Amino acid sequence: MELQAVLMAAGGGSRMMDLTYNTPKPLLPVGNKPLIWYPLNLLERVGFEEVIVITTKEVQKALSTDQRMKTDVKMRLDVVCIQEDADMGTADALRHIQQKIKTDILVVSCDLITDVALHEVVDLFRAHNATLSMLMSKVHEFTETVPGQKGKKKAGEQRDFVGVDVTGKRLLFMANEADLDEGLVLRKSIMRKHPRMLIKTGLLDAHLYCLKRSVVDFLVHNKSVTSIRGELVPYLVRKQFSKSLNSKTATEDTERNQKQQDADHNLELLSTSKDEALVQLARERSCWNDHRGDMSEAYHGGKLRCYVHIMEEGMCYRVNTLAAYIEANRVVPKLFEEPPIHPTAAVSERSLVGSDSIIGPFCQISDKTSIKRSNVGTSSIIKEKVKITNSIIMNGVTIEEGCNIQGSVICNNAVIGRGADMKYCLVGSGQRIEPETERTNEVIVGSDQLMEI
Amino acid sequence: MADSVGRQVDSINHATEEDEKKQEIIRAKGEGKELTKEEKQRLRKEKKQHKKNKKDDRGPPEKEKEKASVPAPSKPATQSPAHKAAPVPVNASASESPVAAEKPAKSKAELRADRRARQDSERASKPGKKEVGQQSTSSKPKATPSELQPVVKRLPEHVQVDDPAALKKLAKKLERQQVPLRSDYGYKVSLFSHLHQYSRKNPPTQQISIPVTAIHPSIVRLGLQYSQGIIAGSNARSVALLHAFKQVIQDYSTPPNEELSRDLVNKLSPYISFLSQCRPLSASMGNAIKYIKKEISNIPNQCKEEEAKRRLQECIDSYINEKIILASQAISKYAIEKISDGDVILVYGCSSLVNHILCEAFEKQRKFRVIVVDSRPRLEGREALRRLVKKGIRCTYVLISALSYILPEVSKVFLGAHALLANGYVMSRVGTSQIALVAKAYNVPVLVCCETYKFCERVQTDSFVSNELDDPDDLIVTRNGKTHLENWQTVKSLGLLNLVYDVTPPDFVDLVITDLGMIPCTSVPVVLRVKNVDQ
Repeated sequence: MELQAVLMAAGGGSRMMDLTYNTPKPLLPVGNKPLIWYPLNLLERVGFEEVIVITTKEVQKALSTDQRMKTDVKMRLDVVCIQEDADMGTADALRHIQQKIKTDILVVSCDLITDVALHEVVDLFRAHNATLSMLMSKVHEFTETVPGQKGKKKAGEQRDFVGVDVTGKRLLFMANEADLDEGLVLRKSIMRKHPRMLIKTGLLDAHLYCLKRSVVDFLVHNKSVTSIRGELVPYLVRKQFSKSLNSKTATEDTERNQKQQDADHNLELLSTSKDEALVQLARERSCWNDHRGDMSEAYHGGKLRCYVHIMEEGMCYRVNTLAAYIEANRVVPKLFEEPPIHPTAAVSERSLVGSDSIIGPFCQISDKTSIKRSNVGTSSIIKEKVKITNSIIMNGVTIEEGCNIQGSVICNNAVIGRGADMKYCLVGSGQRIEPETERTNEVIVGSDQLMEI
Repeated sequence: MADSVGRQVDSINHATEEDEKKQEIIRAKGEGKELTKEEKQRLRKEKKQHKKNKKDDRGPPEKEKEKASVPAPSKPATQSPAHKAAPVPVNASASESPVAAEKPAKSKAELRADRRARQDSERASKPGKKEVGQQSTSSKPKATPSELQPVVKRLPEHVQVDDPAALKKLAKKLERQQVPLRSDYGYKVSLFSHLHQYSRKNPPTQQISIPVTAIHPSIVRLGLQYSQGIIAGSNARSVALLHAFKQVIQDYSTPPNEELSRDLVNKLSPYISFLSQCRPLSASMGNAIKYIKKEISNIPNQCKEEEAKRRLQECIDSYINEKIILASQAISKYAIEKISDGDVILVYGCSSLVNHILCEAFEKQRKFRVIVVDSRPRLEGREALRRLVKKGIRCTYVLISALSYILPEVSKVFLGAHALLANGYVMSRVGTSQIALVAKAYNVPVLVCCETYKFCERVQTDSFVSNELDDPDDLIVTRNGKTHLENWQTVKSLGLLNLVYDVTPPDFVDLVITDLGMIPCTSVPVVLRVKNVDQ
């Protein structure tokens, strides 16, 4: 077997607590499908037959009971539960399932919605025998108004500085703005080997990684690494250019921590294959080099290589903020071939449902309702004379007569009283809005929610 | 000429190879009516011989080889309208002569056309006819040495791309083996439309599932490395192939009720199809595969699986050691005798063997300098230059257009080879024959270095019949982000041709240095014969 897929679905959605305090992030409906369906669909389309899903008990229960998931997803899901409050990072989760991992792995996050041609990422991994291969995409500016956002767009969104070489494939440098104190520090060894480096800042990390099996073994030995994105990836990118370990340098680095040395040593050792001599011979005899201009051989003789595939066109969203969630809901219906109005939905003839809206199963849309550019979830009841524009209505919502909902997000099981006028609001799960209220640009969540930090 | 025509009438009604005769007569006539007595006698002798052999000779090998040659230039085609567009071997004299012969032979041509039509119908009704037309080959006066027993040789599919029947067969075979079919890309120059042309932007992995099930992962990796050019060069490709096979054998487990010796060979077939979809197999790879298959079939039945696997791994290791590593050492030893102090050596492109020789010679304290000749679009010479300069050798670097300028300085030319063909021709990177030609003109000795495992039983006299077409987009030059040829596909009259190999005739090669010693180019069939006897 070549690759095993690992789906990380235990995250809490910490950047959109308003949406996720009642519903776990993987189950948030996007385009009337749970968020977790999208990466699973991506893996299934590409040909995976089995996925290891790391998630919480709640999500596991939902997955096993959800009829639609069972019919849509034909792969075998090997669900591994972890405690919700264990506060496990993604790397910790990998360490947790180390026994199940027998080959190289493809780690996907549950909030990734993309139509990338996955073979581009995996081909880099295969062809160059890389240790890490990841996917990045150009950041899309979100144009929709986000409910509850006061003032201009958050400038505090941390940027990623990504350095690639001339071909645009080899990953040379990766740092998050948060980790840089005053300026960008580049090691001379990188500049000596790759004098031309392109540094890009407008990239979104899709959190899709192909990792070699030796990296998982390395994680087992180094328990200090908790997060893949935050710690492991920058570590691997840095390690490409550190002095390769042989007997000479081992004696030089006396001041280095013994554990650190062992760690590096492990990674190097674990990545060498059995028939290294033959691979070396083939590379020597081949007249190919990945860079030009200096006297070193291909890959500068380094064993660790990190590659990135940057998507120029196509859809790639990470649904981890409210703005992304809304944008995804807007874009995703185009992916489907299903009819926008589910056959089981009871839509009365005197209502007006726009062509760019989707209605979930078992909905009831009453007369004289107008629904434009919106997503209405499962089992929602929309009474008469309601106008819904540009909104996202989740599952089990009841909207009484005469409401006017614009640019809002109404979460599961909420009830909007009659005659309410909501503009750019976010109504949390299970909330009741009194009739005849007018709210603009507000986030309405339960009072118990306000206590959580 | 009357008697020859009369005889011709007889032969036409009987011989199945009368096309051959026609060609000869046409050509003979076309040669300006200078047919001498000797030629007439020769022709008569040949006719007799052909009559004798027509029953035995169903398809002499040489004919088959030339069969898939270029779609004919239009002139011979007009002369044989009754034949479907069957390829006619391209030979300068044959193509020119029918032109001259067209005018005087007009009336005779009409008669011949009628006879041809009759024969075609007869032929179509005959059983056991091969689908590709039986066209003659011998533009050479010598009668083709026919074999005594009928040998049915099949054309490799990779030179039959313009034949829809062959393509269909290939598609069916690949589907059966669950190997994706890679589609051709872009407009192909008409002379080479019988070859595949792939684009690097459509990798062969586009259609296979990501955790590959039908093909072993190391083979997928190898195929990708071939198609992207990461592993290039005859030796490197063979070594990488054997390395991948070692891993396949390692991971192989005999299914119940099957024999390792038979099942493993069957398992290897889809892998080989996949690799040839990524990049057509080289001659050295073909020989390596033949060797492995033979070794696998020779595993005795009672051998346990672990033992068998271990034995195969050892075989592969010893093959690499003998044929590649030790061979290059032996070749260096011989070649170094030929390098004297003060030499100026010209090399072309990046041949691993030639680089090895030069590095060894430098270590043995020979004083020489090297001129590296390079050519677009691969620009492999840069890599050779890097390796030589890293060693400390004094080098000059020129492009092939400066060849005749630099040659007066050169004392020897060392060339590497991709394969050595059975008629003594050297198949190597495109441009090599140019180098050999110009070197001959300047009386500079040309030495070809080639291991024996690259010797191939094929026969080829031109670079059209069997070649490889690389990605045409490689020819496009981008300067400062601007490409003028970006939309070359929209210009109907423009075709981009990126050839990979060409053949050098043995007249231009002075010596071939192999691990068996230094032999002239024409001794290649002897080596092949000896090899076959050994095995």
